[in-house]
Amino acid sequence: MPLLEVKGLKAYYRQTQALFGIDFELSEGSITTILGANGAGKTTTLRAISRMVRTEGEIRFQGKDLTGLASEKIAALGIAHVPEGRGTFVRQSVEENLELGAYTRKDKAEIAADVERVYEYFPRLKERRRQQAGTLSGGEQQMLAIGRALMLRPKLMLLDEPSFGLAPLIVQEIYAIMARIREVEGASMLLVEQNANIALNLADHAYLLETGNVVMSGESSIIRDDENVRRVYLGY
Amino acid sequence: MDLFLKLTLAGLSIGSIYACVALAVVMIYTATDHFNFAQGEMAMFSTFVAWALFQYTGSIWIAFVLAVGGSFVAGVLIERIIVKPVESAPVFNQIIVFIGLLMIFNNLAGWFWEHTTKTLPSLFPSELPFETTLISAHNLGVILFTLLILAIVFAFFRFTKVGLAMKAAAANPDSARLVGVSVGWMLALGWGLAAAIGAVGGVLVAPIVFLEPNMMSGVLLYGFAGALLGGVNSPGGAVAGGLIVGVLENWARQYVPGGGELGLTFALMLIVSVLMFKPAGLFGRVVVKRV
Repeated sequence: MPLLEVKGLKAYYRQTQALFGIDFELSEGSITTILGANGAGKTTTLRAISRMVRTEGEIRFQGKDLTGLASEKIAALGIAHVPEGRGTFVRQSVEENLELGAYTRKDKAEIAADVERVYEYFPRLKERRRQQAGTLSGGEQQMLAIGRALMLRPKLMLLDEPSFGLAPLIVQEIYAIMARIREVEGASMLLVEQNANIALNLADHAYLLETGNVVMSGESSIIRDDENVRRVYLGY
Repeated sequence: MDLFLKLTLAGLSIGSIYACVALAVVMIYTATDHFNFAQGEMAMFSTFVAWALFQYTGSIWIAFVLAVGGSFVAGVLIERIIVKPVESAPVFNQIIVFIGLLMIFNNLAGWFWEHTTKTLPSLFPSELPFETTLISAHNLGVILFTLLILAIVFAFFRFTKVGLAMKAAAANPDSARLVGVSVGWMLALGWGLAAAIGAVGGVLVAPIVFLEPNMMSGVLLYGFAGALLGGVNSPGGAVAGGLIVGVLENWARQYVPGGGELGLTFALMLIVSVLMFKPAGLFGRVVVKRV
């Protein structure tokens, strides 16, 4: 059974339809990326899983249907969503942001240990632990968002364009850490990106989204090496 | 010099009641971006409940604790039943709901308890354990007691998980939902806390202004002035603003010729000048919106 299984997913913002019946799945321990241009429906797909947008169709997580749930119930199932724009709690300290990531957990001692673990992945956050999160740079806020997601000990991470608006070197740094997180934690990730190149290097599987439809899917390595696909859909 | 000290201390006393009201207003404002115009009437109603409970139990402290607890529950219920349905309605509808609440509580209080003034005894002993002519026992009690209550409220927000979640839900509701915070319940909890803090202010002010259905209208205006002066998005600022307004008002009454009758005018002037020259308040942060 796949960890996440999506069938015939349609999504709507008021009257506007953003997804037109997409299917995809993600197996445990794997990284799947959804690629596409602006407005293709990538962010909407993640928002559909987190129940932040009206949908039709099936979304199953560990076999359980998510479509009847409220957004705030999703985290408790072990799904951590790193949202578009990073979702930083700007007035709270870095450490408080991390504590909020563990909001649904009760095991105090373990939570404290996990804060330290996040600092091992992101030493820069440790230096700034008492600082208001809004004062961090974009790259640091992205690290904080990923750290906050880790605090849930997630079974599945939903990552919305971790590379957005960041300098190439910082993007590389963050992706290197994500690769390490996958290695150490065995975390499953659903990764949405415009930066196809870097996402394909990390992911096992890829889906290409165009105006709310899946137009191609397959193993990342195959899509990466297919010159036609690259030229037509990924534009590089 | 004695007179000046007296005025200042009495100002701090009434100011700490404004601070309670200002804090209640700011708590709801930071979560919803709206002023709850009914905050004062809710506090007035709570005070009447405390008065009724006092008639029944004979103990002002029991009546106080029950009324504050009841106000908390009522605040939660008001949010869940009346405010939540208009949460995503246009601003104007929400303001109408607040004004409707104001009138409902005002009329209910008049209906239940009539418009005659009642006296509520002070929570504090009438004699101070030491000799002073600078401040009355009630006023000193008010200052110390509100400081204690405010310290508890700030500790709650600073050190507890629920307090942190409430701040997170107010500041970034979407992101808070994604970490599992039930934003709706946090709002309701905020309403409950605001109602309870307002009730504290009401019971403290009642021995000074006499208990009647319009008792809080002036206090609420001073509370708004305090909140605006301190900064509508800064709880600490609201408290400081309330205290400053109390002291300034008392000074103005004494030192400005003909100032005795101009207390409310003074509060309104303060509101207008703050809005003109420092729209974010003394301690507020300027909110920049990208459009």
